Amino acid sequence: MLWYALRRLALFVPLILGVVAVTFGIMQLVPGDPAAVLLGDEASEEAVREIRRSLGLDRPWWVRLGSYYLDLAQGDMGISYFQNQPVADAIRQRVVPTLEVAVVALLISILIGLALGVAAAFWRGTPVDAASMLFAQLGVSMPVFWFGILLMYLLAIRLDLLPSIGRGPPLAGALGDAILGRPAALVDSLSHIAMPALTLGLTNAAVISRLVRSAMLETLGQDFIRTAHAKGLLTFRIVFVHALGNALLPVVSVIGLRFGALLGGAVLTESIFGWPGLGQLAVSAISQRDLPLIQGIVLTFAVAFAIVNLLVDLLYAVIDPRIRLE
Amino acid sequence: MKSLFGNLSLTIGGTIVLAVILFALFGTLVSGYEPEQMNMKDRFSLPSSDHWLGTDNFGRDLWTRMAVGARVSLTVALCSVAIAVVVGTAVGIVSGYLGGAFDLVTMRIVDVFLGFPPIVLALAIVAALGPGMLNLTLSLAAIFWTEYARVVRSVTLAQREADYVTAAVAIGAGNSRILFVEILPNVVGPIIVLATLGIGTAIIAESGLSFLGFGIEPPTPTWGWTLSYGTRYLRAEPWLSTVAGLAIMITVLGFNLFGDGLRDHLDPRGIARRIRSAPRQ
Repeated sequence: MLWYALRRLALFVPLILGVVAVTFGIMQLVPGDPAAVLLGDEASEEAVREIRRSLGLDRPWWVRLGSYYLDLAQGDMGISYFQNQPVADAIRQRVVPTLEVAVVALLISILIGLALGVAAAFWRGTPVDAASMLFAQLGVSMPVFWFGILLMYLLAIRLDLLPSIGRGPPLAGALGDAILGRPAALVDSLSHIAMPALTLGLTNAAVISRLVRSAMLETLGQDFIRTAHAKGLLTFRIVFVHALGNALLPVVSVIGLRFGALLGGAVLTESIFGWPGLGQLAVSAISQRDLPLIQGIVLTFAVAFAIVNLLVDLLYAVIDPRIRLE
Repeated sequence: MKSLFGNLSLTIGGTIVLAVILFALFGTLVSGYEPEQMNMKDRFSLPSSDHWLGTDNFGRDLWTRMAVGARVSLTVALCSVAIAVVVGTAVGIVSGYLGGAFDLVTMRIVDVFLGFPPIVLALAIVAALGPGMLNLTLSLAAIFWTEYARVVRSVTLAQREADYVTAAVAIGAGNSRILFVEILPNVVGPIIVLATLGIGTAIIAESGLSFLGFGIEPPTPTWGWTLSYGTRYLRAEPWLSTVAGLAIMITVLGFNLFGDGLRDHLDPRGIARRIRSAPRQ
């Protein structure tokens, strides 16, 4: 296991270096001059040259990439053009809100995805199966931003059950309060998280449920299941202990991939629900063409994604010895 | 049961896809309105015999505007998937056949591209290049090509050692004959399945970026942008954003059903499915 973990970590480092290089490369695609973007169209040539020099843009690209690596190693992502603060600080304030929604959404998608997938496989060929798979097909085809708007219309505007935009108190603190017997903050916090998390969670649940169903069907057709039946074990036990245990493996592996979709979906849901996270910051950074900030956010998303995939792979190896013995 | 389901998917999906293509091609001709033609006396009307899909906040005919949006969405989706298929297939087949250092380097590049959450990568590229149809198409192709590279590479690796390839080598076939005549036909089925599903994904991505205002710039009546400005009137006039949302969802549903139906016929070994959900090593 240690050997596998080391090998997997050895792949992680070049991946991160590559991700930084690609992010840097994309920013070089910007047509025209970042200095001109910063100063507007009517800037004098001298002013542009001055700002180019102060931003280090007059140096060749490999020098800039090298110094970008060095800066990043010290946690320095540059200074935002328009936020009047270091990029790292602007990002740090936005990470927790985005993670809150992502984690709640992931929980929702796993619970509902598992329930629907198991039900569909267990009652294969019945209306339960057809209904779950219809839900899954609709969920896969549903653009996340439209689903968010539908939820907002139904739950906030028509039924007036939930606040339509904004964030409540931080979830972690509210959880602590609730444990100490003061649940008001938690209710407030969750009522704000509910819609963005449901938006992301349900569309992801659709993907997971299809995967669970096919993994369950594959497992239920295998010899050891027949043996379990022959031994006279309860069907309930066979489905939930024998089959589900094996069907969980592909689910674990896909959660890493779905996390990427969650992060991408966060950009859309945060802008719909006015959620003060990284996605919303990304939208305003792109509108303002705040290049260092865009670069920093893209990198943060990619690194978060890589870390989750690393953890998922390690978890997978813990559950399934076949992987680490390869 | 399964094949019946598959055929049903194929029929329903194929019908929707065909209908959307016809709508994109001829929708503006049959409506009798121009996409920018305003009529302030007839704002926010619901579907009627005058306006088949109703009108927007300026009284513009939504049928006509949705047809223009369909043209944009389909063009961007088809072109970006086509570029991704060509680039991905070329990289994958050469990488799988040559192996060695070339394979190692290209697969690490693929890994780096896969290291970004897809929409975030597309956003970054559009943010750098600026909005517009061509830039949007390129940015989507940049997130899609890796999938085809991986599928084609894995099939090529598996087929490289097959007896018929050895036989082709024995009779003196050159590399290009082996790659394009012997190995390539094996990947055509899975690629068609993946590409059909990919068009659905591309339409969602395109309309998502246009929704944010970073895809195709207004005043082009893209589905995503119509949905976005429709939400300003959500409380009183929910129909406007509903039309756009339904257009996106039905179209994507059509391509997804069609792709799922094709899978039973073109990809019996499930190569496309396995690659799509394989754990990332």
